[in-house]
Amino acid sequence: MFGEPMIRREDPRLLRGEGRYLDDLGSNALAAAFVRSPHAHARVLDIDVSDALDVDGLVAIYAYDDLLGRVAEALPLLIPHPSITHPKTPYCLANGEVNHVGEAIVMVVATDRYVAEDVCDRIRVDYEPLPAVVGVAAARAAAQLVHDDVPGNLAAHLVQEVGDAPAAIAAAPHVLELDLDVERSASMPMEGRGVYARWDSDDRSLRVYTSTQTSTSVRMALAAKLDVPVDRVEVIAPDVGGGFGVKIVHPWPEEVLVPWAAMALGREVKWTEDRREHFVSSAHERGQLHHVRVGFDDDGCLLGLDVTFWHDNGAYLPYGAVVPIITSTQLLGPYKPGAYRVEYSSLYTNTVIVTPYRGAGRPQGCFVMERTIDAIADRLSLDRAVVRERNFIQPSDMPYDHQLQFQDGRPLIYDSGDYPAMLEKLRKLVGWDDFAAYREAAVAEGRRVGIGLACYVEGTGVGPYEGAHVRVETNGTVVVSTGLTTQGQGHQTAFAQIAADELGVPVADVVVTTGDTRRFAYAVGTFASRAAVMSGNAIALAARGVRDKALRIAAEALEVDERDLEIVEGVVQVKGSPDARIPLATVAVLSNPLRYAFDEQAKQATQFARSADIDRPPVAEDDEPGLEFTDYYSPSRSTFANGMHAAIVETDPDTAEITVLRYCVVHDCGTLVNPMIVEGQIHGGVAQGVGGALLERMVYDENGQLLNASFMDFLMPYATEVPVVETDHMETPSPLNPLGIKGAGEAGVIPGMAVLAAAIEDAEGFRISRMPISPSELFGLRVRFAAGEIPAVGGADESSAVGQVPRPRSAR
Amino acid sequence: MSEELHDVSVVVNGLPRTARVPARRLLSDFLRHDVGLTGTHVGCEHGVCGACTVLVDSRPVRSCLLFAVGVDGAAITTIEGCTLPDGELGAVQQAFMECHGLQCGFCTPGFVTTITAFLDEQPDPSAEEAREAIAGNLCRCTGYQNIVAAVLRAAQIQREITGQAVAER
Repeated sequence: MFGEPMIRREDPRLLRGEGRYLDDLGSNALAAAFVRSPHAHARVLDIDVSDALDVDGLVAIYAYDDLLGRVAEALPLLIPHPSITHPKTPYCLANGEVNHVGEAIVMVVATDRYVAEDVCDRIRVDYEPLPAVVGVAAARAAAQLVHDDVPGNLAAHLVQEVGDAPAAIAAAPHVLELDLDVERSASMPMEGRGVYARWDSDDRSLRVYTSTQTSTSVRMALAAKLDVPVDRVEVIAPDVGGGFGVKIVHPWPEEVLVPWAAMALGREVKWTEDRREHFVSSAHERGQLHHVRVGFDDDGCLLGLDVTFWHDNGAYLPYGAVVPIITSTQLLGPYKPGAYRVEYSSLYTNTVIVTPYRGAGRPQGCFVMERTIDAIADRLSLDRAVVRERNFIQPSDMPYDHQLQFQDGRPLIYDSGDYPAMLEKLRKLVGWDDFAAYREAAVAEGRRVGIGLACYVEGTGVGPYEGAHVRVETNGTVVVSTGLTTQGQGHQTAFAQIAADELGVPVADVVVTTGDTRRFAYAVGTFASRAAVMSGNAIALAARGVRDKALRIAAEALEVDERDLEIVEGVVQVKGSPDARIPLATVAVLSNPLRYAFDEQAKQATQFARSADIDRPPVAEDDEPGLEFTDYYSPSRSTFANGMHAAIVETDPDTAEITVLRYCVVHDCGTLVNPMIVEGQIHGGVAQGVGGALLERMVYDENGQLLNASFMDFLMPYATEVPVVETDHMETPSPLNPLGIKGAGEAGVIPGMAVLAAAIEDAEGFRISRMPISPSELFGLRVRFAAGEIPAVGGADESSAVGQVPRPRSAR
Repeated sequence: MSEELHDVSVVVNGLPRTARVPARRLLSDFLRHDVGLTGTHVGCEHGVCGACTVLVDSRPVRSCLLFAVGVDGAAITTIEGCTLPDGELGAVQQAFMECHGLQCGFCTPGFVTTITAFLDEQPDPSAEEAREAIAGNLCRCTGYQNIVAAVLRAAQIQREITGQAVAER
């Protein structure tokens, strides 16, 4: 079962339309809607609700002044980090000032959403517009401030150094400098955020459903905010229609306000985010500007690397500085950088907040490192694959300590991986060495093609921990609960495979619950490619605990040595003589000594049903009733997956349209639990990588208006924009966890921008240093190239037909 | 200020359904909230993502772009109606499961209805045609690889079912 491409057990329900996504719940709940700021930066002078009060169906209107207790305080800074010098977090409703278009100012509760929006339309807000700070350049210049008390718009600043990079670069035979630029994109799950709350005034308890990546932490946050004891709060992530990072942020203003209103009104309240709200009031990512100085020798080996970058963190910093921390460390990929210095400045702007989106700062880091390696290859006229190989950390170097601090506060130590073998696989898969002939043939047809490759290493499975509870019911059903959430990763299947394998039961007997604090209250969440690593191992450990207990009880019942027992297909039996057997279901009955026989099965566990040692207590001192076990997996540090992508693109000589002809992936996430699911994760990541490279960007004007806040204008790839993905796998188990798993969730997206930039550069013969790239931008670069404004690159690979590198015919 | 209500009578997945709704009630909201079939999902409310696609008189339409009053008298098929008469998964649903054509499952109903209509017109599509057929629906999870495969597999299953039906006659 473990390791098999088992089809998913959650699918029939979802395929019948029987999913329970947030807005499918609470059909009788009141609906909330929000008045949001149309200005990027303004003072709120007055809120006039008089026109709104006679709308039929209006229940309540709340502005900041109506908020009570801790609900009126600013939202928490979730991940305090020493680099954060000026933390600013939002209020649930704007407290006198708005700092981005879309910031919530008024909450309306009404009988349905149509009515709630009618009310919003009739509320008049008076603003005093203030100058908006938009983009990294304006934030750095700091002619205007986002927050009056944050000088230089600087939220966080960090330098990490290993060795003396400036000196190593100064002494190096070759030095290059690059400026690299990545624009904003966003997670953009198909289901937006949503919250539905029920307050039971008799029981004094709160149940909240929220489309989140962390129900346990939402629970803690709500208990604190709403001043309700934690044990009176239940938070459940129902079916979640995609997350990709944005739903790890919590508590969102709406996530506090909806339960608060439910308590205040004594009524069920629900809010379902619409698409425009998602664009302007959830979160974005990716926007960074990098300056690289690199020193290297004649072989292309790195001697020193000095990276300074500026990260646009938007209006507030509720999630902390995780994205730039990850960029600054994961940028190094599979390479030994020589001496390394990295410095980031995280800057406030009057735009939507920036929090992790699948890849979480790694796509930018990978883009920067891979562009740098390509530039070195170009400078030395070396094959790009060869330069990579020369800088690789070798398998014999593992575990490899970069002597840096990673995002989890732990050392950046790679646990395992075989980068040279992977590169070899990728070269074969894409036909790197045969590309010259292909290019020659294409050029002869007047076509322009290019090839690129990109490598990354991804820290996955960050701590602090996950846990699991495994119980065998008296009907033989194995109930597995883990606290982290699911938003499409197939946990009902993969986790069941793990439990079934460890316990020796059919997968069909296993039921998995995730993201429900009623079932498992201690958890961190699903992000950072951590679910399979963390909960997978916790489930394995808990299942082993159940197995040990089952064997002990069965040994007593069968009067054999437990070491002679095995569990096969849900039955405990004596090895070699399977006639001596007892079903796990019966073991579960026996595990719970009973006074009352509530059903036929239960009779077996009652006091007169079997002989017992009357001098021993029915439940031993170190034991507890029930065939169940809880365990936790808490790693000392992250485990590092890796992968390499290659792409072949064709660019239209006239229109500059970019077509991805082939996209090849070699991926190593350690032991595979379910290869089909892992492959699906990679496919989805690649689509987001391609989208991020060629299509997706948040277009803000200088006033901080998001000009493309709809699916009509923010382009995400349809089936016709995503190439066929060719994959190959390696399995280098992690030595850090019992199952040898590394995370796979984010992998596919990481090298997308890097590999496509490299391939386009190879096709065009000039440097690509800014992503995403549209046909019109590529055309503009051609014009500049033809005018001699940007230098030529490329042509040194095995993959290049020397002298055949195509050049633009002319710039028209 | 109260809204005028209108009777809307439609046949949904073979069953007659009637509700009194305001003129501005979207078909998507009507199906989800008035009829109680929440399998039809709303991803953008501006007709781009295709998650809300249902069949109105056998043609795929974006239910977020129609008013319920506008389809009075129509026969509507939603994801809940894409199963076989005996309640088993229909060909497209079965193919999605076999091919791992869904992850979070939010966009899936719109794909299933769209593909159902497509296969009625083109029961034996090429991979190219399959890709084109789903190119009006957004999925953020799968990268579409396995959805294209599911279209082809669904066509195959459907041909098998049709072949069986012919053989049984």
